[in-house]
Amino acid sequence: MRIPLSWLAEYVDLPAGTTIEEVHAALVSVGLEEEGSHQFDINGPVVVGEVLDFTEEPQSNGKTIRWCSVRVAAPGEAAADGGADVRGIVCGAGNFFAGDKVVVTLPGAVLPGDFAIAARKTYGHVSDGMIASTRELGLGEEHDGILRLSSLGLDPAVGTDALELLGLTDAAVEVNVTPDRGYAFSIRGIAREYAHATGATFRDPASVRPAGEPAEGIAVTVSDDAPIRGRVGATVFVTRVVRGVDQTAPTPAWMIARLKLAGIRSISLVVDITNYVMLELGQPLHGYDLDLVRGGIVVRRAAPGETLKTLDGQVRTLDPEDLVIADDTGAIGLAGVMGGFSTEISDATSDVLIEAANFDPVTVARTARRHKLPSEASKRFERGVDPEVAVAAATRAVQLLEELGGARADGTGSGYHAHDQLAPIFLPDRYISGLVGVEYTDDEITSSLIEIGATLEYAHDGLLVSPPSWRPDLTHKSTLAEEVARIVGYSRIPSVIPTAPPGRGLTREQQLRRLAAETLAASGSTEVLAYPFISSVSNRTFGSADDTVAPAMKLANPLDAEAPLLRTTLLPGLIDIARRNLSRGLTDLSVYEIGAVFLPVAGAEYGVVEVPQGASLPAAPVLDDLNASIPPQPWHVGLLVLGNAVEKQPGQPAVPFGVADVLDTVKLLASALDVPVTVRQGSHTALHPGRTAEIVVPVGAGADVVSVGYVGELLPALAAELDLPRVVGVAELDLSALMELAARSVQASPLAGYPAATQDVSLVVAESVAAGDVLDAVVSGAGELLEGIHLVDDYRGSGIDGGSKSLTFALRFRANDRTLTAAEASEARIAGAAEASRRFGATVRE
Amino acid sequence: MSDPEIPVLSEESVAAAVEAALAAVAAVSDTSSFKAARSAHAGEASPLARLNGQLRSLPNDQKASAGKLVGQARARVNQALAAKEADVVALENAAQLADEALDVTALPVKKRLGARHPLSLLQEKIGDIFVGMGWEIAEGPELENEWFNFDALNFDPDHPARAMQDTFFVDPVSSHLLLRTHTSPVQIRSLLSRELPVYVIAPGRTYRTDELDATHTPVFSQVEGIAVDKGLTMAHLRGTLEFFARKMFGDDAKIRLRPNYFPFTEPSAEMDVWQPNAKGGARWVEWGGCGMVNPNVLLSAGIDPDVHSGFAFGIGIERTLQFRNNLNDMRDMVEGDVRFSQQFGMVV
Repeated sequence: MRIPLSWLAEYVDLPAGTTIEEVHAALVSVGLEEEGSHQFDINGPVVVGEVLDFTEEPQSNGKTIRWCSVRVAAPGEAAADGGADVRGIVCGAGNFFAGDKVVVTLPGAVLPGDFAIAARKTYGHVSDGMIASTRELGLGEEHDGILRLSSLGLDPAVGTDALELLGLTDAAVEVNVTPDRGYAFSIRGIAREYAHATGATFRDPASVRPAGEPAEGIAVTVSDDAPIRGRVGATVFVTRVVRGVDQTAPTPAWMIARLKLAGIRSISLVVDITNYVMLELGQPLHGYDLDLVRGGIVVRRAAPGETLKTLDGQVRTLDPEDLVIADDTGAIGLAGVMGGFSTEISDATSDVLIEAANFDPVTVARTARRHKLPSEASKRFERGVDPEVAVAAATRAVQLLEELGGARADGTGSGYHAHDQLAPIFLPDRYISGLVGVEYTDDEITSSLIEIGATLEYAHDGLLVSPPSWRPDLTHKSTLAEEVARIVGYSRIPSVIPTAPPGRGLTREQQLRRLAAETLAASGSTEVLAYPFISSVSNRTFGSADDTVAPAMKLANPLDAEAPLLRTTLLPGLIDIARRNLSRGLTDLSVYEIGAVFLPVAGAEYGVVEVPQGASLPAAPVLDDLNASIPPQPWHVGLLVLGNAVEKQPGQPAVPFGVADVLDTVKLLASALDVPVTVRQGSHTALHPGRTAEIVVPVGAGADVVSVGYVGELLPALAAELDLPRVVGVAELDLSALMELAARSVQASPLAGYPAATQDVSLVVAESVAAGDVLDAVVSGAGELLEGIHLVDDYRGSGIDGGSKSLTFALRFRANDRTLTAAEASEARIAGAAEASRRFGATVRE
Repeated sequence: MSDPEIPVLSEESVAAAVEAALAAVAAVSDTSSFKAARSAHAGEASPLARLNGQLRSLPNDQKASAGKLVGQARARVNQALAAKEADVVALENAAQLADEALDVTALPVKKRLGARHPLSLLQEKIGDIFVGMGWEIAEGPELENEWFNFDALNFDPDHPARAMQDTFFVDPVSSHLLLRTHTSPVQIRSLLSRELPVYVIAPGRTYRTDELDATHTPVFSQVEGIAVDKGLTMAHLRGTLEFFARKMFGDDAKIRLRPNYFPFTEPSAEMDVWQPNAKGGARWVEWGGCGMVNPNVLLSAGIDPDVHSGFAFGIGIERTLQFRNNLNDMRDMVEGDVRFSQQFGMVV
């Protein structure tokens, strides 16, 4: 909402010289947030001039200019710029006559767009100033010719300051009006708020009253057979008839300037007046060409399939929920949203029917949204218009039409009023102080409430507070608490730290998730946070390990139509980020993300048919349904590496990243979380078939495992398609599952002090046998004396049969209770080798 | 085997042997010349050893004096050898160390520290501040049911405030599922699942259909807090926020409240924070929204608003990071350019 200060000053005392900043500060203190300010960006000297005479001079470019003699000051007096009283000015327009009063911008003036005026040579003359059009003045869009002041009904003295004359010295503040405060979408509401903030006297513009009730000239029926949520579509419908409007009468400059500052373009006197009154009082008005209205007016819901051509020329098919204004021909307006084409005011209109109605906020909101027609009117109705301001608004519009448009009210109209009074609220003693934490005096409470327009009645142990008609948002005693708190000032609220009961600290899952993030970062990877929107192609490629397509949740209104799915995997996001980094020349990358994925179960239905109302606890089965209505959203962790792990340096060749680095990091992460993961050969349709590992965790006592994710290199063909280097190592793990599997508490054993015995064993197995499986066999065969084992060599070639390989393991044996003999260690080693032999036909290589 | 050049044991011959030995030791320059000198002058075939061998054949009355003469001579030589050996070892150690010298300014870098994302770190930092006050951290789903995101929070289905939330809806819209527009659904879930009193904060990701630009991102993060207890007032709200502000921006930080409107609080306020250490000078910065929990919200969770009251607040993490760390483009936070996180490392 933009508020021209001159307009504000009409209804509340605004001391001369009050700055925009001061007005903003006052309005902020009562809850109207600062959005900006607006001015005309024009500086003088700009004066009224009189065209004395001119000669027309055709130019070689086909134009004809006028070389004018213009009087800009009384004879013999200096002009506003200190120069001569009569000037020679070149003018390109041809819409004026000798004797016309015009606006002259003299040298030194600066027009909107930083357009500085100076005496300059043009078309063979020195033009000592400029005759301005409305657009050059920032007052309108008109640029067909210069502004003739007579067209605004003005005949001021030569030399008069034109900026003052045209209202161009005014300025407006712009504030954000919160959706509960419909009344603040008016000068009336803002003036009242300014009075609250400063204590200045408020003069209610809605106090304008007609001489009497109008004669019943227009039959109005409100016939709503389908109220929405129990609310009738129209509760007030006031009309007034004015006749003989002079369509040539201009909108006065002051009104154009105020409308312009308020953000509304001047169109015609009748439309300007309806807009002006709407801004002033917050009551949207509509004007009909009375001659085009057939018969009486009915306010009703649209019939199924009914159509209406709206003012914008579009034919709209109406919904039975839409509320329409209809005459005998059918709908002539979409209530509170937009008028109809058939009864539009035109140049030929003489008699005007003014409508000031009050429409149901829900009806208007739904219609405006349905037809995508947000308007100044719908914005106000959606937020609630004071039902008691309609008569004042209609009266004010009639007054202005009489005053400015030469019309006369014929004393007829209608006055349908069926709105309810707002329900009184019981305000118990001490309630407000108890909620706000300030010890307010009784007087502070009652005077604040009276100031906002409420009426009070004393009741037992409290007050009965009737909100004013413009405050439908006051529905509960807590809303009254806010009124008192803000009128007295939020700065009165003291600062007290409450004492929470002892807390549990971070949950185990929160601790583990942080540990995971920190481990990955400390291992050299950089955390990224990708958007969770993916394409169906990405989902098909990365969403599942096999050829099936992972079920995914889809957005109804995605920002990017190409990426409407919610991620089932973190890989597409990591790949996008990798591509972005590559495009910025960052070619060695290790990135990770910890984030939620959305994993609907195949075949499951999500959502609910109906959402329960707020403000009451749903029944247990309803709550269960709500809780079950959303898909599982576990945490995943994803990793991606490409380029070099170690750059080339003196004495150090470059070491490229590969699947081994990712696997190593995954193992590090698993050990940080204390999850005993095992690696086995895996397969994933997006990953290199020979370089994919599945990460599993043993569960229970048997050989059962659960899969927690994959590590691998992208399929080279896929990497090429994505403009990525050939080797891109990736991993994705179900972090929620890992955290669930993490050891709850460590059972520590005392450390044995006896010396260790170390031995190596080389086992020859078929190349196809995974080293990890052989290692597992040795471990299980060697028994509990084996304290540590690792693979030290994988040898193929001379001395080994083709198709076989020799795996050498370093073994470390130790007993808890004695020094092992070499024979005991050898016996355990042989047992380990025997188990490998049993499982994989391994032979010991001596 | 006989040696042609064996001198006869005498004072002169012993002195000559010693002199030759000391000269040889003095000439030693490294381990191999040391070993040669030792073998030649202190070994079994050395002149002194041979002279010593002649002692046996001396008459008894000469044995003692000759023995002393030879013994002293051998001791002198051995002493010289021992001293030389220490010198040689020290010399050779020094040579080895010199050989092993590296240019420590040009050693290869093999380990690199990664980085946390500052948005994650900031959420954790805020979590720690509240955990320190005894609060707990609650989390909830990002894909939510409309009831938790709107209806339970006193957003009327037809109220403009609901339309102003720019919501991502799940297809079909009739399923009433959406991406949460704030972390407030976690407040409702906390009130439903916990015993009173409740003091929790809810950090997490939130969504609105804003196109990405310097000041907007469709995916952002919030931290919201809610406390419901007996006798809580706006004074407790301010006290909590001021404590929070001081931990975030230094001891001179303070909070200013301005009236505002949110469906889920009444009274409601916008909070500004006085940021004492802002680049370019201390200033007020718009930080977030807050207020006393609307009675309808308490009723949605089955709590009697005449017995319990509560306060709630919420801040945007991106915005906080923006003004706290002087960032002017929100795109840097969401695009995943690793240089962004690497500026922060492991601490925000």
